[in-house]
Amino acid sequence: MTRIGVITFPGSLDDVDAARAVRLAGGESVALWHGEHDLRGVDAVIVPGGFSYGDYLRAGAIASLAPIMSEVLAAARGGMPVLGICNGFQILCEAGLLPGALVRNAGLHFLCRDQRLVVESTASTWTSGYSAGAEIVIPIKHAEGRYVADADTLARLEGEGRVLFRYAGENPNGSLSGIAGIGSADGRVVGLMPHPEHAVESLTGPGTDGLAVFSSVLAAAAAA
Amino acid sequence: MPKPEILDPQGQAVAGALGRLGIAGVADVRQGKHFELEVDDAVDDETLHRIAGQLLANPVIEDWTVTRTS
Repeated sequence: MTRIGVITFPGSLDDVDAARAVRLAGGESVALWHGEHDLRGVDAVIVPGGFSYGDYLRAGAIASLAPIMSEVLAAARGGMPVLGICNGFQILCEAGLLPGALVRNAGLHFLCRDQRLVVESTASTWTSGYSAGAEIVIPIKHAEGRYVADADTLARLEGEGRVLFRYAGENPNGSLSGIAGIGSADGRVVGLMPHPEHAVESLTGPGTDGLAVFSSVLAAAAAA
Repeated sequence: MPKPEILDPQGQAVAGALGRLGIAGVADVRQGKHFELEVDDAVDDETLHRIAGQLLANPVIEDWTVTRTS
């Protein structure tokens, strides 16, 4: 069975939900600890949401230097799939695995709502299970979710089809070009502000639109 | 400091609050961070810039300056 590691930092909130989403999608979740240099032989890694290290300095800045992250960086450069959700997306940007940065929402408010998204590209390890152009509903809950990048980076992301998720309808946080999630050039490293792990069961979320994120990576691992 | 092209809604909120204090003539406010480091004399300027660029600031969104005082 494909083993997906979920990192817990001090201040992580959604590690348990991410692990549960992995199991609901049919994978085995493996708990990883921020202070260790050990990925426990997992096939992929999820950097979950929350407020790692209290978001001191900048959201994700200190977590990007945690011992486990040096292992994640090395593994990602070797092709291991990595997903950053919300604070995890901020961490991957701070660590330099994904370009750009996440800054304070344009309206300053912490936003917590079910959000419509458009799946812009299925050419990534974590979105292959969607249909391109599909509109899905995934919760967002963040204060620092406004994606910014310089013009060259944005042009590259758009030109290479690396914008994977875009906010549908009104842009909730002022994110550049409505960007909600992006991927690396090889499509294996993905970060997004919305929380797919909170949309994997009808009982506890707005639906099950998030499940395909997790089933996508399991399918990719099975095909490898 | 946030780069000039980065929208700074926190600074804008401060600018709005100044208006409520009855203060006129402040065209813009931008909010940044200030760090004070106590270092040995052996820590050179290059190291201080490395500290600023690799940890204290995010070069994607922030500019920084280093000032040494005694």
